[in-house]
Amino acid sequence: MGERMERRAVISGAAQSDIGRRLHRTGIDLTVEAALRAVEDAGLTTADIDGVSTYPGFGGSFGGAMGAELHEALRLSLNWRSAGVETAGPLGAVHNAILAVATGLARHVLVFRTVVEGSGGPLRPGSGGGGGGGMAGSAGPFQFMIPYGAASAACWVACYARRHMHDYGTTRTQLGAIAVNGRANAAANPKAIYTDPMTIDDYLAVRMVSDPLCLYDCDVPCDGSTAVVVSHRDHAPDAPAGAVGVNAMGTAIRGRPSWDQFDDLTSMMMRHTAASMWERTELTVDDVDTAQLYDGFSWLTLAWIEAMGFCGKGESGAFVEGGVNIGPDGSVPLNTSGGQLSAGRLHGFGHLHEAVMQLRGTANIQVSGCEVVAVGAGGGPETGCLLLTKGPS
Amino acid sequence: MSVDSPPRFVLASPESEFYWRSGADGRLRIQRCGECSRWVHPPGPACPFCHSRRVGPEPVAGTGTVATYTINHKEWIPGFTPPYVFAFVELDEDPTVRIGTNIVDCEIDEVEIGMRVEVLFEPSGEWHVPLFRPAEAERGGGT
Ligand SMILES: [Zn+2]
Repeated sequence: MGERMERRAVISGAAQSDIGRRLHRTGIDLTVEAALRAVEDAGLTTADIDGVSTYPGFGGSFGGAMGAELHEALRLSLNWRSAGVETAGPLGAVHNAILAVATGLARHVLVFRTVVEGSGGPLRPGSGGGGGGGMAGSAGPFQFMIPYGAASAACWVACYARRHMHDYGTTRTQLGAIAVNGRANAAANPKAIYTDPMTIDDYLAVRMVSDPLCLYDCDVPCDGSTAVVVSHRDHAPDAPAGAVGVNAMGTAIRGRPSWDQFDDLTSMMMRHTAASMWERTELTVDDVDTAQLYDGFSWLTLAWIEAMGFCGKGESGAFVEGGVNIGPDGSVPLNTSGGQLSAGRLHGFGHLHEAVMQLRGTANIQVSGCEVVAVGAGGGPETGCLLLTKGPS
Repeated sequence: MSVDSPPRFVLASPESEFYWRSGADGRLRIQRCGECSRWVHPPGPACPFCHSRRVGPEPVAGTGTVATYTINHKEWIPGFTPPYVFAFVELDEDPTVRIGTNIVDCEIDEVEIGMRVEVLFEPSGEWHVPLFRPAEAERGGGT
């Protein structure tokens, strides 16, 4: 295996703003709070930051804040800046930062993802409702779903969940294990939105949204910002909180880039994305100590579990049932800070932040001896992943 | 079921306009390649298989199978009164032609994966929005 360019990079800093259901603060305000904390966490000052990367690169409730806004707000002097929605999901902003550092375009890239969807207004027709980056407002691929009232990713994911249940016998009780596990872990996360205990019976009793997805299968919109600093690995010894290594990144988009036209209605693009990550490393799924896998909808986590290879295709329901395998003491502790279902929809960056904390040994629910973490974010055709290690890879 | 002329936000592109107008004569049309004969959906400027630009709409039978579906209990767009079924239907001519739609003219709990369905059209302004209902045989014949 030749040199993996991503291993030239580390995550040297990570931090979050306040996170809440409705904070009534602007996206850039939250972004500055997270960014300044992350820079300090990395043992740097804003004068050291020479790159900015974000997803998706526009404002509003989903976009949060633009890279240019942070650039201006902190009067940064940059050698490189990038934002965009046509990435491997939200973690694409991290992939881009890694590449900028690895190629020498920048040395310390401030990466952020901000959402103000808790304060944001109600869903409007054609707004897409998560994923899609606004394509629904045009005559793009969403034109074949919006006229039928399928205006939210909930409708599209529910169709995959139903087919998964049909083909593999996955049950709602199994699916509910993702939500129950997240809620239990959220109780230890002081920034989590929902921390009241939830049982599987609570899950089964709550109202349906897009059947077979119920309310607790859908993440909770929130306001908050997560920032990380991606630095050259030379900086690792000087990162006071500990640098996290980038072992491999998964970026592949090998199937049809579509929510509705993907060839297999029981998996999504993460199947290819995760495969491309494993192609770039000598580590295997057995080396993973904890997994932080996107739960914008609970079924997406099942799809990620299968895509990563923690179980075989179609076996994720049985794998998670009862929560033992995915609990803090299980074979693959999952979403140890509560995930998006309970801790808030930080669009994959809550998972990324938790991965860094686990590898530093400072997580609220710490997995002992944690050395390798798999992070996967996104659903539909917009998925990306990272394999992170304790110290440079 | 209760999809009773909800607002149909059709935003057609030049490539897709035929799809949304096709029902004017009661027939569903799907784009097809004039070179390799493959069906193409959503429609595009060229055949994605052989890259021929000789692509155009061609009538299909309008029958297919429910590949999967969801029952919406939330009014995702005002005017779509829950519960309503959003489904993906795979057409008989080519099951890789998968189209989103509402299943109508049946009870919600009758819808299932594998159900045979046929097209009907709901006029909406200048458009004829393709919907599906249980195929005649599934409705019990009746003729
Ligand atoms: Zn062709």
